Amino acid sequence: MNKTLITGNEACGEGAIQADCRFYAGYPITPQNELTAYMSKRMDEENGVFIQAESEIAAINMVFGASGAGARAMTTSSSPGISLKQEGISYLAGCQLPAVIVNVMRGGPGLGNIAPSQADYFQATKGGGHGDYNMVVLAPASVQEMFDFTYEAFDIADKYSNPVMILSDGMIGQMMEPAVIVRERRTKDDGRGTKAWVLDGCKGRKKRVIRSLFLAEGVLEDWNKELQKKFDKMRKNEVRFEKYRAENAEIIIVAYGTSARIARASVDELRKNNKAVGLFRPISLWPYPYDALKKLDTGKTKFLVVEMSAGQMVEDVRLAIEDKKRIYFHGRMGGGVPEEADIVKLVKKILKDKKSKTKNQKHI
Amino acid sequence: MVNEKSLTDRKMHYCPGCGHTLMHKIICDIIDELGIRERTIAVAPVGCAVIAYDYWNFDVTEAAHGRCPAVATGIKRVLPDKIVFTYQGDGDLAAIGTSEIIHAATRGENITVIFVNNGVYGMTGGQMAPTTMVGQKTATTQKGRKPERDGFPLKISEMLSVLPGVKYVERTALHNKPGVDKTRQALKKAFMMQMDNKGFSMVEVISACPTYGAKTIKEAYKKIDEEITKYYPLGVLKDTD
Repeated sequence: MNKTLITGNEACGEGAIQADCRFYAGYPITPQNELTAYMSKRMDEENGVFIQAESEIAAINMVFGASGAGARAMTTSSSPGISLKQEGISYLAGCQLPAVIVNVMRGGPGLGNIAPSQADYFQATKGGGHGDYNMVVLAPASVQEMFDFTYEAFDIADKYSNPVMILSDGMIGQMMEPAVIVRERRTKDDGRGTKAWVLDGCKGRKKRVIRSLFLAEGVLEDWNKELQKKFDKMRKNEVRFEKYRAENAEIIIVAYGTSARIARASVDELRKNNKAVGLFRPISLWPYPYDALKKLDTGKTKFLVVEMSAGQMVEDVRLAIEDKKRIYFHGRMGGGVPEEADIVKLVKKILKDKKSKTKNQKHI
Repeated sequence: MVNEKSLTDRKMHYCPGCGHTLMHKIICDIIDELGIRERTIAVAPVGCAVIAYDYWNFDVTEAAHGRCPAVATGIKRVLPDKIVFTYQGDGDLAAIGTSEIIHAATRGENITVIFVNNGVYGMTGGQMAPTTMVGQKTATTQKGRKPERDGFPLKISEMLSVLPGVKYVERTALHNKPGVDKTRQALKKAFMMQMDNKGFSMVEVISACPTYGAKTIKEAYKKIDEEITKYYPLGVLKDTD
């Protein structure tokens, strides 16, 4: 297949177009502006709908309406904007509507900066909006995966009638890489399948209602039980991860997205020096690959979690590996990016000295 | 199913004298008269009318508080041949959803907005709304709305009328028979404009909340006649047809 040199943001947009996404609403925010501009161009070419919304809140609610009307719909933003979308994400989940939401993360909290970050992990995976809900969260680590995961996200969203999030960052979004950005086109180009709940006028059928409000006693609890069954199915079916040179590893680096790319280079460097180090890369951050990670644990294995945050995913690693003494953490915050050499140094120290501490590193 | 009516036989939960009961009936009458029930999609608000979908026999979606115009935008852009309307109170439309209504209007979305203005948050216990009259007592303005503390009532219809994307705005009131007749005419016109792809249309309906606005239904209607419609004058604010 021919490869195209393209940015992660644009590859993400193209993945959506090829998955028959025909409704996009967005709002300008760095570092994802290329994506909104790309969708503006491509939706016109594909006779889809592009709306530059008045706010992130309006954008996610437009997506809510479009999804209810049967379209494959997407909105994208970056951290502060994703915070504004949380209300809408909760409503999508509560009303059982599919949609794809992309977060090209930047430094926070607050307005923060426009550098890459992974500090929205909790918000994405633990339910940033109100109520008991979950959504599949996929973390691309390359431009190719920005395309592939976005494409697949629409199928996952439709399969469960639930929002799906692509959790990327400013590094993956803005860098250019060669990628294969062609997938087999579906036959129905409007993206509407045979969704039995679509609001398209009650001609020849009973009226339909999309709602998450249930006031009668016990009804909302039953609705929640139904949602939980669906989330259990996702937990069972949607776990994704990658192992890299993890065989016989004394130390497993656990990292996703940009951090995983960097950690991979560190692993190669360390393996050259005959250090038994491997990488475990969660791809689905929710559902988290707890079991797969646990299987790598010999009982003596050490785990170094590398994140662009103060330590968020590390909590899931602790849930998988219950022996906290063997879990180390290296994090950069506020737009800082882990250095390949720092990770190499850190691994060497951990191999030598259990109590080693370096800058920005917590011994947990 | 063709002969089915738009109003269900579900008993409405609204208080005696509340405009919502009447407004629901008027909407359903007009939809039946225009024969558009099977291609109508409504967006229900958060507020007293939050379960409007129980009373309407056509497709309805809920929307987060104030977001009806954004949700309606999404639906209408995907299904331009359907008739899409939002039903919103003054808290929903004129406070938390001010941004959404103004921008749907200025984009000229071909939707119809039914804005039921009763000057108070009824659902949550009678708090001050953006449209509450100066001096009006509410749960959060117990000595009456004071402009120096609470600001002035918002005239959304006047604001929207100046936007080029807006094609038709009329304000009516539900406190007497001529007002009800005017409301019917206005709503019919608003729907017909959407059917003819003319663009954004809105009918603001001044409605009574006898539970929080007055001691009796009669007093509530009198207030509409003598006070409220002085600040919110009735009539066509914009008509490009």
